[in-house]
Amino acid sequence: MKALNEIFAEALMIDIGRVTDDLTYNSIPEWDSVAHMALIAELEGVYDIMLDTDDIIAMSTPAIARDILTKYGVAL
Amino acid sequence: MALPSEAAPDAPAPRVALVTGAARGIGLATARALAEAGFVVWMSGRSAEALAAAAADIPGARPLAFDVADPAAVRGAFGEIQKGSKRLDVLVNNAGVMRGAPIEMASAELIETTLATNLTGVLLCCQYATRLMARGGGGSIINVTSIIGRVGVAGQSAYAASKAGVIGATLALAKELAGRQIRVNAVAPGIIETDLIAGLPADKRAATLAAVGMGRIGAPEDVAPLIAFLASDSARYITGQVIGVDGGLVM
Repeated sequence: MKALNEIFAEALMIDIGRVTDDLTYNSIPEWDSVAHMALIAELEGVYDIMLDTDDIIAMSTPAIARDILTKYGVAL
Repeated sequence: MALPSEAAPDAPAPRVALVTGAARGIGLATARALAEAGFVVWMSGRSAEALAAAAADIPGARPLAFDVADPAAVRGAFGEIQKGSKRLDVLVNNAGVMRGAPIEMASAELIETTLATNLTGVLLCCQYATRLMARGGGGSIINVTSIIGRVGVAGQSAYAASKAGVIGATLALAKELAGRQIRVNAVAPGIIETDLIAGLPADKRAATLAAVGMGRIGAPEDVAPLIAFLASDSARYITGQVIGVDGGLVM
């Protein structure tokens, strides 16, 4: 299974080296609302889950994404 | 003929639809029409018992009991579809309630319940369906509104508001989702023989019938073919439309 950082890098179309825990939604041009939904689609597909809308809105950094995914039983 | 769930291993995966309010009336007729068109149909409603009975003679149908007005239940239901089908191609937002009252006697509970089921439920289902459809490269959403949402009727202000809201949501979502190849249309039935009008007093029923140009009350089977058409590839360039199915009703 793909690593979380790898999913972020692919969905946001950025180098994996730029995916750090404090990378924040809307802080770089590549992570806009369209890319965010691409990221969500990828996460839901890879981990076979359906995220709550509030969690999608809250998922503003890779660190927060990790916490949210853990809540859904995803082992990271 | 193979059922959708029994397709040969090398056959393309069957397309998947969700119909809300599918235990009876327009929803049931639509589920049947979509199954006949080859869809795997998830049929939703609040009563698991009623759904099981409705789904019994529809090949490949998958009953899914949940309340569209409950956000947690909606998420859970789409999670089931994600796990069970991995895709969604068509959403038919048909679930609805209709309770009339003069405006002075419309309780807050009546207003809230009507809007929660008829409008919030539609938006919630669109929200989750969009995510599944986008992953598959597109899809079709068909919202069942009502002629009452276009022209109003006395004593149905909450229902009319909810159905007018569905038209607004349809138009906005058609624009928002076109780029992702998700089409969003609405059908606006007139007077259709369903539970929603079962309690209509005889005099009102007669007056309503007199206003229908074609001289008869519609059947769910008059509406379902249009929904099936909008769900199909034949409607691939149609989005943002509100189409009446009312036999020439003038209200």
